[in-house]
Amino acid sequence: MSLQATTSQTVGPYLHLGLSWLNTDEIAPPGMAGRRVRISGRIIDGEGALVPDAMLEIWQADHRGRFAHPEDARAGEVEPGFRGFGRVPTDAEGAFRFQTIKPGRVPGPGGGWQAPHLLVSIFARGLLKHLVSRLYFPDEPDNASDPILALVDPERRDTLIARAAGDELLEWDIVLQGPRETVFFEF
Amino acid sequence: MPELAGYRRPFWGTQPEYLHSTYVSTRIRSPSRPLVLIPQTLSELTGPVFGQDGIGRNDDDLTRQHDGAPLGERMIVHGRVLDENARPVARTLVELWQANAAGRYHHQRDQHDAPLDPNFSGCGRMLTDEAGRYRFVTVKPGAYPWRNHHNAWRPAHLHFSLFGPAFMTRLVTQMYFPGDPLLPYDPIFNCTADEKARNRLISQFDWEVTMPEHALGYRFDIVLHGRNATPMES
Ligand SMILES: [Fe+2]
Repeated sequence: MSLQATTSQTVGPYLHLGLSWLNTDEIAPPGMAGRRVRISGRIIDGEGALVPDAMLEIWQADHRGRFAHPEDARAGEVEPGFRGFGRVPTDAEGAFRFQTIKPGRVPGPGGGWQAPHLLVSIFARGLLKHLVSRLYFPDEPDNASDPILALVDPERRDTLIARAAGDELLEWDIVLQGPRETVFFEF
Repeated sequence: MPELAGYRRPFWGTQPEYLHSTYVSTRIRSPSRPLVLIPQTLSELTGPVFGQDGIGRNDDDLTRQHDGAPLGERMIVHGRVLDENARPVARTLVELWQANAAGRYHHQRDQHDAPLDPNFSGCGRMLTDEAGRYRFVTVKPGAYPWRNHHNAWRPAHLHFSLFGPAFMTRLVTQMYFPGDPLLPYDPIFNCTADEKARNRLISQFDWEVTMPEHALGYRFDIVLHGRNATPMES
């Protein structure tokens, strides 16, 4: 038997009513091993306006690149207490901020490795389907051999790489539309 | 790592495009560049796993979250969460939010001139059971106006959010009601090219689940992306 996946619909303007119970600004709770980073940014629309009614979902591996999920054959070795998921809303100024640890590199296609990255989904009014992007880390030598970055037009790759902005602080803006548009993925 | 079976690509026409210009806010929020097609890696084939943590006793009964009963037509909405291979998606998180019977959200940004109901928050959550079933008790939401175009009204709807087993299976959707005269006028409901796919967003009245003297029943099955039979080439 074969079915077709249900059609996606926008979260609409009142998403926080149903979804904010999982909001957190700590993707990895304090005490988790790994290099702690603070990440902040803004979501910007095609007219340059900030998007105050959006939400991000983050998914990432632990500091050794293990996912807290049964599909990861090494899931049993994930650091106890690590889930790697969080929801982060944008505020009235369209800004978001959260803390986490830098994940390790994770297995890629064909036996290779992917550079450390966060998966980021974007939900908002005006998005009929959520958008999916990735955040990579600056000054990370593995970026040069990352199989996903390699599929992105070199001129647009930097939209996926956060900027170092001080002591363990990274900045990463998401531009939904326009000349500086962030790279979004499909699978 | 052993090779993992990937998830199917959507059938053409069954999912909306990002730009659907009659839904005005898509004009400035939709990407203008084509999405970059990438292989499904371990990152996308995994995803958050939820248990009962944070799910309260009345989170599946929106009529029992306050001291009194909410106003409106009581209803039971239930269904199964399946994948595209028709297999149940067990123990997955289902989140629900909606307007009250008067068409007003319990949300500070909702300024619609309709009454709030002190006995209705309009949000729920639960995990599906082993057979992928879910069931919420609530009240039927009212239609509400919005500013998309002249005299724009959203048909009555429930918002649903689901995770499924992987980052790849995430779905947010809306459920509508049979016979709603506003459906033909709604650009959000009509954003999907395939008519059958669109109409699967309309729940069915379910007489067998309807409870005498108590509540009407509606059935809404939800299908998440399913896996290909064989591992992906990589
Ligand atoms: Fe709504």
